[in-house]
Amino acid sequence: MSDTGTAWQAIDSRPRQRRISWDTWHLLGVITPGVLWIVLFLVLPSILLMGIAFMTNGTYGLPQMPLSLDAFKQLAGYGFLGWSPGNLYTVIRSVWQTVLSTSLVILIAYPVAFYITTRPAHLRPLLLLLVVVPSWTNQVIRAVGWMNILAPGTPVSNLAAQLGLITPEMGLFPSKFAVVIGLVYNFLPFMVLPLYATFERLDYSQVEAARDLRAGPVRAFFHAVLPQTLPGLMAGTVLVSIPAFGMYVIPKLLGGGKSLMLGNLVARQFSSASNWPLGAAGALIMIVVTLIGLQILRRMSRRLGGDIEVVL
Amino acid sequence: MAAMPNVEARGQATFDCASEAAMAAETKASRATSTVRLIGLTKTFSPNIVALKGVDLDIPGGEFFTLLGPSGCGKTTLLRMIAGLEHATGGEIEIGGRAVTHIPAHKRNVNTVFQSYALFPHLSVRDNIGFGLRMCGVKKPDIQKRVIETAKFIKISELLDRKIDQLSGGQKQRIALARALINEPDVLLLDEPLSALDAGLRGELQIELLRIQRRLGMTFIFVTHDQQEAMVMSDRIAVLSDGHIQQVGGPKQLYERPDNLFVAHFMGHSNLFPIQKHDANGVYTELGRIVGRFESGTHMLIRPETVTLTPGQSEGDNHLSASVVERIYRGSVAEYRLNCGATELVAKCNNCGQDMFEVGDTVTVVVETDGLVTLNE
Repeated sequence: MSDTGTAWQAIDSRPRQRRISWDTWHLLGVITPGVLWIVLFLVLPSILLMGIAFMTNGTYGLPQMPLSLDAFKQLAGYGFLGWSPGNLYTVIRSVWQTVLSTSLVILIAYPVAFYITTRPAHLRPLLLLLVVVPSWTNQVIRAVGWMNILAPGTPVSNLAAQLGLITPEMGLFPSKFAVVIGLVYNFLPFMVLPLYATFERLDYSQVEAARDLRAGPVRAFFHAVLPQTLPGLMAGTVLVSIPAFGMYVIPKLLGGGKSLMLGNLVARQFSSASNWPLGAAGALIMIVVTLIGLQILRRMSRRLGGDIEVVL
Repeated sequence: MAAMPNVEARGQATFDCASEAAMAAETKASRATSTVRLIGLTKTFSPNIVALKGVDLDIPGGEFFTLLGPSGCGKTTLLRMIAGLEHATGGEIEIGGRAVTHIPAHKRNVNTVFQSYALFPHLSVRDNIGFGLRMCGVKKPDIQKRVIETAKFIKISELLDRKIDQLSGGQKQRIALARALINEPDVLLLDEPLSALDAGLRGELQIELLRIQRRLGMTFIFVTHDQQEAMVMSDRIAVLSDGHIQQVGGPKQLYERPDNLFVAHFMGHSNLFPIQKHDANGVYTELGRIVGRFESGTHMLIRPETVTLTPGQSEGDNHLSASVVERIYRGSVAEYRLNCGATELVAKCNNCGQDMFEVGDTVTVVVETDGLVTLNE
């Protein structure tokens, strides 16, 4: 083997070297724009953001030296007037509303995706289209639509009032409930599509094998269906939860003043509140929480799906 | 749910005694419970697709029984109905004397080896094999013990810690078998388990499956479209066609005494000639007059290997003059296509110690009346 190898190299060494260098240039040419883009618009801003987060807030809202942990202290609630939990609540509320709305999206999307898979092949594209069509409308318009549905005095609100869920003058909007509804409505397609893709490839013989091996319907689902749909479920969860966590429009329009999420807090620091370090700290916390969430997801998927590593 | 404590109790007995002989003897004791009885079983998929049109079968415990037929004949549907994976449209299924027609799959004490193996890719080999016991609530250390025992029995001990995607087809097949056998089912159902394997491995596994079945004394119901495979392995075979059972019998009976044309064709190459006239001393066919005492029927079957060829022409009862049209050499045998009277006849001759005939040779076909069968359409 080695003999033929060296012989071949001896004959062909010069053109081969030239080709390698050409390949290298070619490769550099292909990846450089992408790398530059990422460095300029992702890596550098992130470093900048981190730097700002650890600086002090100046008089006119611009960051200045010296370095300090003031922004993080403010985020934890320590301000001029002693401790107040407002900002901390916003962080916790953001996490909670993300988890809640993602869970609801899963609960709704899973049966929907399965149902579409069971329909005749020529109907499936149409049904998927119906799932996607609402997202062709502007997000703001859809949020305003929900405002009109859930506002005080509307049939839905009246019904909720009659059931004793709210007081008559309140209405379902603005509220945390309206924010969750908005998030679920907004992100449903992002869960249905990846789930549908995995359902379409579902190997039903595994379900039959589980039934044959004494698993009842529920256990057959958890041991033979869920592990197979896990990649779609995880992809959907990532696609839904990360944007939902940083969502700005929906909480602002549907939440009213008391249901703001982290995205709104960050936006306010960079605009009206003029506190860049606090905004940067909020953004940093968002990144950290997201990474922790992804890690938890990985653990969960590994436990649910045995050895299958879900690439996030 | 009555089957479940039963499974556990028997499991207990098994892992106390490590030796395979004891395992075999122990399962033999449960033989009485493993008969399968089908009474007037029908299956309709949609108003115009009828898969099974009234199937009656009695399969005694401990038998290696094969459902044989071409694709689309309903054999897999029948197997799936015994497994509980399809609902019967009409009729009854009894396993071990217990009516199970309306009992769901997971409450029947039968296990299936699927054609696609249907192993769980997210579980290790070990967890795949132990899955059935886990679903029955057997304790973890006990599952481990029995998995190791079963793996030894099926000779796959070295594969236990592999992942499913690291296995070859033959290995997957064995694991699917182990996963089913470990539950000690009353009946083991095998849905064309060897069809995806290459010929050599297939032959090997046929013999091994047969040995395992003999050792355990378990009822095996095997589905295949391959009549050779069916004949090698089975105690009895049911030939199915178009949702009907055509004939049930041992391999020898089906091959040598088929009830009808379909079975005759399906069980191997057949020379079939319509009977033109029947009298006390013989029958008239396109081949000419064949002397002998035959039962009445519409067709005469002559298996290719039951005739003898002699060189030249000779006279006598059942001596037919013919010429060789084609010769196919198959190693141990040679197959001749002969022009015989007004028709064509295929003969298979043993090559051992014989000169072969050439194309164009004139030969005499000597028909042995023992090898002849008359049958009806």
